[in-house]
Amino acid sequence: MQSNPITAAFDRARAARRRALVPFLMSGYPTREGFRAALAEAATLADVIEVGVPFSDPLADGPVIQAAAAQALKQATTLAQTLEDIAAYRLEPQASARGQAPEPTATPSLTLRAQDGFTPPVVLMLSINQVLAGGAQNFAQRLKAAQVAGAIVPDLPHEEAGSLNAEFAAHGLALLNMLAPTTSPERTRAIAQSARGFLYLISSAGVTGTRDTFPSETLAYIKRAKELSGAPVCVGFGISKPEHVRQLADADGFIVGSAIIKAQSEGRNIADVLQPLRQAL
Amino acid sequence: MTTTAPGRFGVYGGRYVPETLMANLIALEAAFEDARRDAAFLAEFQSTLAHFVGRPTPLYHAQRLSQVYGGQVYLKREDLTHTGAHKINNAVGQALLAKRLGKRRIVAETGAGQHGVATAAACARLGLECIVYMGALDCERQRPNVERMRLLGATVKPCDAGSRNLKVAINEAIRDWIANPDSTHYLIGSVVGPHPYPLMVREFQRVIGDEARAQFTRVAPRPDAVIACVGGGSNAMGIFAGFVDDPQVELFGVEAGGDGATTAATLNTGRPGVLHGALSYLLQDAEGQVLNTHSVAAGLDYPGVGPEHSFFKDTGRARYETVSDTEALAAFKETCALEGIIPAIESSHAVAFARRLLANRPGLRVIVNLSGRGDKDLPGLLAKGLV
Ligand SMILES: Cc1ncc(COP(=O)(O)O)c(C=O)c1O
Repeated sequence: MQSNPITAAFDRARAARRRALVPFLMSGYPTREGFRAALAEAATLADVIEVGVPFSDPLADGPVIQAAAAQALKQATTLAQTLEDIAAYRLEPQASARGQAPEPTATPSLTLRAQDGFTPPVVLMLSINQVLAGGAQNFAQRLKAAQVAGAIVPDLPHEEAGSLNAEFAAHGLALLNMLAPTTSPERTRAIAQSARGFLYLISSAGVTGTRDTFPSETLAYIKRAKELSGAPVCVGFGISKPEHVRQLADADGFIVGSAIIKAQSEGRNIADVLQPLRQAL
Repeated sequence: MTTTAPGRFGVYGGRYVPETLMANLIALEAAFEDARRDAAFLAEFQSTLAHFVGRPTPLYHAQRLSQVYGGQVYLKREDLTHTGAHKINNAVGQALLAKRLGKRRIVAETGAGQHGVATAAACARLGLECIVYMGALDCERQRPNVERMRLLGATVKPCDAGSRNLKVAINEAIRDWIANPDSTHYLIGSVVGPHPYPLMVREFQRVIGDEARAQFTRVAPRPDAVIACVGGGSNAMGIFAGFVDDPQVELFGVEAGGDGATTAATLNTGRPGVLHGALSYLLQDAEGQVLNTHSVAAGLDYPGVGPEHSFFKDTGRARYETVSDTEALAAFKETCALEGIIPAIESSHAVAFARRLLANRPGLRVIVNLSGRGDKDLPGLLAKGLV
């Protein structure tokens, strides 16, 4: 089996003695051009990039990501368009944004330069209904063709994931497992041990959106997941500032979603959010 | 039996939810399986149905409708239950179960407001906190029920997103449950959602069918057909449950045909997909985005449907027809004028289909599930000059 690019990206971060940064971007948000520019910008600071394909009824998302999905859908953002944009980015991370939008204004410490030729792999985030719409096999083939490394399907729990997992394995893709603080010990074991790519830890009960602090149990929960997991462990839901990264220091990586979307909605540079986090890693 | 694998009806059903909810669903399934075998729980449920809900409800021979429609029409009078619709059967069942699970806080969604009122009543009686999510459009068109919920001590949270109807109310109720998994039980109002809800809600509603079957034996061994409207499908599945093993009884589910251009006829025009935790027929586009619906009946205005109905459609055990807004309004007025009964606009869809069936096949003996009463609809329909 070839090594998945996600694993390679985590190895690279570990070799540099830091934890991984996984920004979340919404395809088609704020516009298609804006998304392409955001991909290019995120590529300068990310280890893996998570791209949401907007869905009409996202159950696990809070108001910020819901609004972004609604705006992207209003502009008729599709899976096909998302994959086209990702394929273009994979070929030439910086060029994909040029000519589409004004260059994002860089902070002084940031230049739009690829990280020594490293292009962060992309994973999709979408609903199982978007997968089923064209069928699991077709979905896997299209991801493979666009050089997407895998997918997160938050409404597809472990018990229902068998056939999509088989399809993904046949195409060298990673279907990322998720754990929640409410997951029982037996299911935690099964989910962590079968993790591919990285194991996605939902930080605390609730939908996506920024949280001020995390309960003390979160630390023990991360430790337990790390002991059992066959893959790096990343924490998401509510990560927005360096204090969070320091508080949850045991994780192998951090997923940042709503904080980025919020910055975009305020017309701020996403590096404003990512740069301080990257420095805390 | 209609359950082919745990949590499945044929290929339909399952449990497609964010991981945070899995523990709750597993615990709920265990508690329900335990409770349905517990004589004390069943006795408390039965006693609540008798003394609080007012069961059994009559099976009423609607003689003038029968004459006009050209057959024999029997109405199962769920409109006479406490709070005025079949929703109360399930609400009291789940509220008792929530208490057994040690939950102190209940969230629910509501479309027509009947499930919200039923849940508010069941919670008031047991001293449980109650939060009801309701689409902003439905708050407008079912105003009397918003006031009733408030009087019964519930907090009504209007949902202003997207279609502003039942679908977004369910989205918000599920998100609330994700944020409060320990304290809260989600008291879903139809045979939709992840396992064990479709099975559990059917079992709490099967009292409709069990009663109707026994009551009909005074007339004849079996009716020719049983007719019910289908939103999520709980009043239909409740009455079907009594007759599903009687192959000579035809089962008809009636979906909202809306204004013709936009409908909520999920089984007639949708294709299988996942919404709100279950695989079932779904109104969706080629990308898997859920479509907007329209029906004059808030309780039928939903792009999904219970998974067991999808199974019945594919196996042919039940047939699913559509009735337009206009036909439903005509049946509403006929039921008022000919029988002295003001039916819910949802239930009027089932009456309208009985008219069509008897026009094509005169003389049949049919049971129509009159799922609720229409008081809630009057201000909205009158303001629009529809009745
Ligand atoms: C009176 C009445 N009938 C029918 C319905 C539709 O729901 P279901 O299909 O679950 O019976 C509702 C829902 O609000 C209702 O209030």
